[in-house]
Amino acid sequence: MALLETRDLTAFYGDFQALFGVDLTLQEGETVAVIGANGAGKTTLMRSVSGLIRQTPGMVRLDGREIGALPADEIMAQGVAMVPEGRKLFPSLSVEENLLMGRHRRKVNGPWSLDSVYRLFPILKERRNQPGTALSGGQQQMVSIGRALMSNPRVLLCDEISLGLAPVVIRDIYAAFPRIRETGASVIVVEQDIGQAMKVADRVYCMMEGRVTLSGRPDELSREAIHDAYFGAAA
Amino acid sequence: MIWIDTIVQGILLGGLYALFALGLSLVFGIMRLVNLAHGDLIVLAAYLILVLVTLLGLGPFMAALLAAPIMFGIGWALQRLVLNRVLGPDILPPLLVTFGLSVLLQNALQEAFSADSRRIPAGWLETSSVSLGPVSLGLMPLLTFASAILVTLALQWLFYRTALGRAFRATSDDPTTASLMGVKPEAIFAKATGIAMVVVTIAALYLGTRANFDPTIGPARLIYAFEAVIIGGLGSLWGTLAGGVIIGVAQTVGAQINPEWQILAGHVAFLVVLLVRPRGLFPRAFD
Ligand SMILES: Nc1ncnc2c1ncn2[C@@H]1O[C@H](COP(=O)(O)OP(=O)(O)O)[C@@H](O)[C@H]1O
Ligand SMILES: [Mg+2]
Repeated sequence: MALLETRDLTAFYGDFQALFGVDLTLQEGETVAVIGANGAGKTTLMRSVSGLIRQTPGMVRLDGREIGALPADEIMAQGVAMVPEGRKLFPSLSVEENLLMGRHRRKVNGPWSLDSVYRLFPILKERRNQPGTALSGGQQQMVSIGRALMSNPRVLLCDEISLGLAPVVIRDIYAAFPRIRETGASVIVVEQDIGQAMKVADRVYCMMEGRVTLSGRPDELSREAIHDAYFGAAA
Repeated sequence: MIWIDTIVQGILLGGLYALFALGLSLVFGIMRLVNLAHGDLIVLAAYLILVLVTLLGLGPFMAALLAAPIMFGIGWALQRLVLNRVLGPDILPPLLVTFGLSVLLQNALQEAFSADSRRIPAGWLETSSVSLGPVSLGLMPLLTFASAILVTLALQWLFYRTALGRAFRATSDDPTTASLMGVKPEAIFAKATGIAMVVVTIAALYLGTRANFDPTIGPARLIYAFEAVIIGGLGSLWGTLAGGVIIGVAQTVGAQINPEWQILAGHVAFLVVLLVRPRGLFPRAFD
């Protein structure tokens, strides 16, 4: 049984339909990448899974149990943590307080704690008493990832962690992913930047206009197939 | 000499206004809600203390101790059952609902207790005073001011030293992201309003023991509270205390010049501060 599964997932903003029947599975210990151009529906998919957009029952399952109708805080308590698009640090909290918020509800012991997050991103320890928003973009992203890890999640959702960051910073942040994997976490990384995502992923889903247009292992997908699935066959 | 006395009395009076204001400041800081019934809730708590004093024969401080958890429950339920439903991007619905609540409370208190003015008896405390050099300070005003400082310190500790306070600040920053941390914003708001009602109970204790009150005096206390919060800068607890003190001093100084100017002088001070510092004395760095 898959750890996380969406079946025939749809999502609406008012009358506008943003997702059209998305099927996605994530196995225990697996890292999956969801790629697609701006507006493809990747963030909507992440918001649906994490409960920020409520689904009708029968569409999102964790461990085979329906979670689609639960509010975001309950889904989080069950072990789905999100690194939201745009990092979303709490501006009135220090770096350390931001990290501690990750454990506010789900206080599960496991590989991740303040100590191990500081070992993963040592710069955060130096800056721990500064306001989160005083940090550089890359450091803020580290706080956002660390904050999600603090709950020792079963599923880690990362929405465009490379957005707006310089390539060398992106490389630094992705360098943490093998360590995160080693702890057994199952991860979904959403990216427009295909390169990094393909390197860390066991499987890839490509989205366009609210639908999954291609999926498979990175090594079995040809560049042309990805190009067509990403931009549309006509492009 | 008379001016030193006037200013000291004003500072102590400011403690009372700060107590009126701290609950309002707390709620506004966390959920951007202006509760127009705040003053009437203070009056409600004063009647509750009066009833406990009369029925159970308790001293006013014991009665307030008993009233505090009851008021917490009332605040919690008010937020859970009513205010959470009307909070949203539009600020008008909560204003209308709390305005309605204000009218309802005034009428209900009038039904229950008549329009006669009442006072919570505080025995020997009412008339006791201590002399400090040239000025003589009433014990009740001194206790009021000390309570205002203690409440500010306690709220400050809650906000910056506890997990609940951290969740308050996070939810105030961004309720959506807070929910991704497992926070239920509605539950956080209910706790915040409950705590604000505990502060309201302390304010009511001093309101009711220092002077007469009747069911209609709530709105005027709301105005003082509101002015203190704005003078201090929205969301700043120490600022709120300072705001209360500024209004208190302005009132006693005004009254010293001409007894009819007391109330007016407080409002003028409010306007002057707003003209000089439109965001208050200690505005938050971001919003
Ligand atoms: N809050 C919203 N209200 C209305 N439409 C939205 C909203 N958020 C996203 N959309 C629309 O939904 C579609 C998918 O957006 P999104 O999930 O953010 O895509 P991606 O993350 O892949 O860039 C886009 O067409 C976008 O304009
Ligand atoms: Mg997106």
